[in-house]
Amino acid sequence: MSEGKVRSGYVRPLDLKHGCVDMAHGAGGRAMAQLIAELFAKHLGNDYLGQGDDGAVLPLPGEGRLVMATDAHVVSPLFFPGGDIGCLSVHGTINDVAVMGATPLYLSAAFILEEGFPLADLARIVQNMAAAAREAGVPVVTGDTKVVERGKGDGVFITTTGVGVVADGVAWSGRNARPGDVILVSGTLGDHGMAIMAERESLGFESPIVSDTAALHGLIAAMRASGADIHVLRDPTRGGVATTLNEIAQQSGVGMMLQEKALPVKPAVNAACELLGLDPLYVANEGKLLAICAENDAERLLTAMRAHPLGASAAIIGRVHEDPHHFVQMTTAFGGKRIVDWLSGEQLPRIC
Amino acid sequence: MKYIDEFRDGEVAQHIAASIRDEADPGRRYHFMEFCGGHTHAISRYGVSDLLPDNVRMIHGPGCPVCVLPIGRVDQAIRLALEHGVTLCTYGDCLRVPASDGLSLLKAKARGADIRMVYSSADAVTLAQKHPEKQVVFFAIGFETTTPPTAVAIRQAAALGLKNFSVLCCHVLTPSAISSILESPEVRQWGTVPLDGFIGPAHVSTIIGSRPYEFFAEEYRKPVVIAGFEPLDVMQAIRMLIRQVNEGRAEVENEFSRAVDREGNLKAQALVAEIFELRKAFEWRGLNVLPYSALRIRSQFAEFDAEKRFPLDYASVPDHKACECGAILRGVKRPQDCKIFGTVCTPENPVGSCMVSSEGACAAHYTYGRYKDV
Repeated sequence: MSEGKVRSGYVRPLDLKHGCVDMAHGAGGRAMAQLIAELFAKHLGNDYLGQGDDGAVLPLPGEGRLVMATDAHVVSPLFFPGGDIGCLSVHGTINDVAVMGATPLYLSAAFILEEGFPLADLARIVQNMAAAAREAGVPVVTGDTKVVERGKGDGVFITTTGVGVVADGVAWSGRNARPGDVILVSGTLGDHGMAIMAERESLGFESPIVSDTAALHGLIAAMRASGADIHVLRDPTRGGVATTLNEIAQQSGVGMMLQEKALPVKPAVNAACELLGLDPLYVANEGKLLAICAENDAERLLTAMRAHPLGASAAIIGRVHEDPHHFVQMTTAFGGKRIVDWLSGEQLPRIC
Repeated sequence: MKYIDEFRDGEVAQHIAASIRDEADPGRRYHFMEFCGGHTHAISRYGVSDLLPDNVRMIHGPGCPVCVLPIGRVDQAIRLALEHGVTLCTYGDCLRVPASDGLSLLKAKARGADIRMVYSSADAVTLAQKHPEKQVVFFAIGFETTTPPTAVAIRQAAALGLKNFSVLCCHVLTPSAISSILESPEVRQWGTVPLDGFIGPAHVSTIIGSRPYEFFAEEYRKPVVIAGFEPLDVMQAIRMLIRQVNEGRAEVENEFSRAVDREGNLKAQALVAEIFELRKAFEWRGLNVLPYSALRIRSQFAEFDAEKRFPLDYASVPDHKACECGAILRGVKRPQDCKIFGTVCTPENPVGSCMVSSEGACAAHYTYGRYKDV
């Protein structure tokens, strides 16, 4: 090719090194088509997304009932030790579907991009999102992109919706906790929230705290396969374990008693919480779940959880009892009692 | 966590609890005030009162920095941000303290005020350095513990020649609050607040030392035991107070010897004296106007004094009629004695300041202990 001439049919690709999102990327024209083709379709691509229509046409699952969940992600910073907003937006929604007892099948993703956002960062986010979806075996089958003016967003917001199918007969719900039931958690508390906090405040710990963001449907499948009589399953994200348990206590009309000594917390998370005056019970998790099951099945469920890599530090942390006031209480390691209340106000801003 | 878990050990707590039960005279009642919100929080958070016999009662004191901050001072901070357009920096607990017109700093932020939460006064100085186009004001509150860092910030700003940094100084003095309680008619004349001794401040005492409390022990015949903020510190201090009462002693004892000595931190004291001087009078929430109970910035550093840089008249604002924060801060009432506790006034919608900070008596009782009321 001689100098000054361009190969016919050549279109200059997106400048993923130095380029930025501009208003044209959301205007519905050629620039948007290019962004979709060279970034979203390239990384997230699959047959359904490849249909390229306004919606994805999907096969009906054979039996059972559909479960659908949606989650908007606005985390700051966008990149943190252990993950980023991309994988978080996949894991979060898969987990919301999976804790209903369902097998997650499909995801949708809507991006709100801020004018000026570096394309390099966007590419990293989409790649991590694609990797998370691939690893989980749940494809992104449809999507949307909008661009807002500079100052009207915060880099990128991602909303994902998930669809799954749950077998007839599985009816896990926050309404099903019964007096006598046992409360289990799948691992250490507060890893995600403290990873974000440490990053945001540049706390500079020697060994960084890593977010626990993970898709839990594999662990949940193993728990279902154990045959244990599970009544409630929840992922304790914003507001942490304390807030989730209060929601369940309220929904089921019961009280709970936790044992502080039984709560699994990593020493680094504990130390960071101590430093900032936070309580790990209220700090967000993105790869943990709370299970409430029939008393006689607790050990069997615990064994099944611990056999899975994402449940290796699982523990029995308390019990459900009758209480007209629906208090979640705790026997402290010190030997006293106290309420474990709802989170009041915000403990950490913009964590997921 | 090393050096922390040791002071939260449940087994040791049971031992101390047993000796408290042995030593407390069943024929009398013991009423001790824990001065600091840090102690109040530890007592509620770890369930310390569950380990005490019925005749030993803890009374929550006024030592919670945001609780004693009067509405008028928060109003000033809000005016600075909303009317003067400054970037106002303050500690997190301050943000939700109710002010006039249904506002708080958090609500003012939602209305467009530039209000930032900082972890340290140094962060406010850094912010001023980074944004020379903005006037940055640090809303400085707290007892002697938070005063030296404010002094450092002012000295740093002076050294950097910052023209856009100032401090709204609301630092208050612990001994004044203790005097006010001991001089109150409820304690002195009417005896409606029985008070057999104090658990003295932990962090404040690392700065001022144990000496300032000697006056209270001698003059008012009240034992004082300075204690750390861990639950075992509190238990041990209660045992030491019971012993003093039983033996008829009224002395200053130091349970927190790992951090506090008689003289305190002389360097910090010198620094505070260099930057600040006594205010003739300062209004406290609950304790009214107390003479020589707070600090202001010396005229030498006037350019860093937000009260001098901006036109900011102080107007006293009465508390909500039904709010009992004043009586609770003086130990006259308990949170559950307030008619609006837990109904109109909750941590989500605090009416009074004691419901705001986790160190406030009402918030601590609501968050950790209200199951006992039902």
